[in-house]
Amino acid sequence: MAQQIESRVRALPRWLRECVADWSSDQQTFRVNWGKAMMWIFLISDMFVFGSFLSAYAAARLSATSPWPDPAQVFALHIGESEVPLLLIAIMTFVLISSSGTMAIAVKYGYERHRAKAALFLTLTALLGLTFVGMQAFEWTKLIREGVRPWANPMGAPQFGSSFFMITGFHGLHVTAGVIYLATIASQVLRGAYEKIGYQRVEIAGLYWHFVDLVWVFIFAFFYLF
Amino acid sequence: MEHTGEQHHPIRVYLIVWGLLFVLSAMSYLVDYFEVRPKELAWFLITAFALLKAGLIVSYFMHVRFERLSLVYAILLPPLLILALTAFVMAEGGYVFDVRAIFFGR
Repeated sequence: MAQQIESRVRALPRWLRECVADWSSDQQTFRVNWGKAMMWIFLISDMFVFGSFLSAYAAARLSATSPWPDPAQVFALHIGESEVPLLLIAIMTFVLISSSGTMAIAVKYGYERHRAKAALFLTLTALLGLTFVGMQAFEWTKLIREGVRPWANPMGAPQFGSSFFMITGFHGLHVTAGVIYLATIASQVLRGAYEKIGYQRVEIAGLYWHFVDLVWVFIFAFFYLF
Repeated sequence: MEHTGEQHHPIRVYLIVWGLLFVLSAMSYLVDYFEVRPKELAWFLITAFALLKAGLIVSYFMHVRFERLSLVYAILLPPLLILALTAFVMAEGGYVFDVRAIFFGR
């Protein structure tokens, strides 16, 4: 029986062989440390949460009979005399992307056992995350002052407010949690807690952080730019 | 490397990806800023840039490009279901719009 399976696996095209061999014959499928596998499972479930939010937003926007407020105008900032559309959102996007860059570098320095540098870049990432949350708080305050509520707003379709607060609120919550997570990891790195067990946990924290950035890519595209 | 699962890549890779993400974000912002028309073209460009950015983040920052095929499939296939969900609810949204237009007027 085992021989039969083995010969069948060998008959498969080479690009599929490795995958089938990994999934069959009663062995460990994911040859990564358990923490990484668990983080990926969490992230996949989280993808479905945000996927559902964005789908619900699409349905709400398509079914709205009042005109949808133009995000370019709603999120415009006054700079001197002129109105710059979506300026704050663009800055937030660049801040979050930069934090992903510093995070990737922190992971690299962790694996190279440069403790101080890894902790420095982790702290930098957390600070950029805090900046992002701060700007989001500013944006929420501005919109609430302008009368945007989850059930109504002066600009148009009432579904706009509920979609906005739900999607950006849940994302902001993820960023806030991520800042705390990264601060914890940074202090562990500085203490030298990973010298013996390895720096995989920095990479796992990085997966979470990059995921938060990934979600923002889609929120930026589909909520703000569409 | 297989068992410790450490990822070692030159810093250049991260800096290039970082730069590309900046450029792609700027480009999608500019599509909105200069009000590219027809609207369908703007939507296409924004979606294309978003997918490219997502691909870069997942492949290089999250190291998926360097993982084994089993893990890659386990990560990338389930989210495809979200596309099916989106397609369903978008059809539903259009239907609800029509019903509201008929019964409540616009």
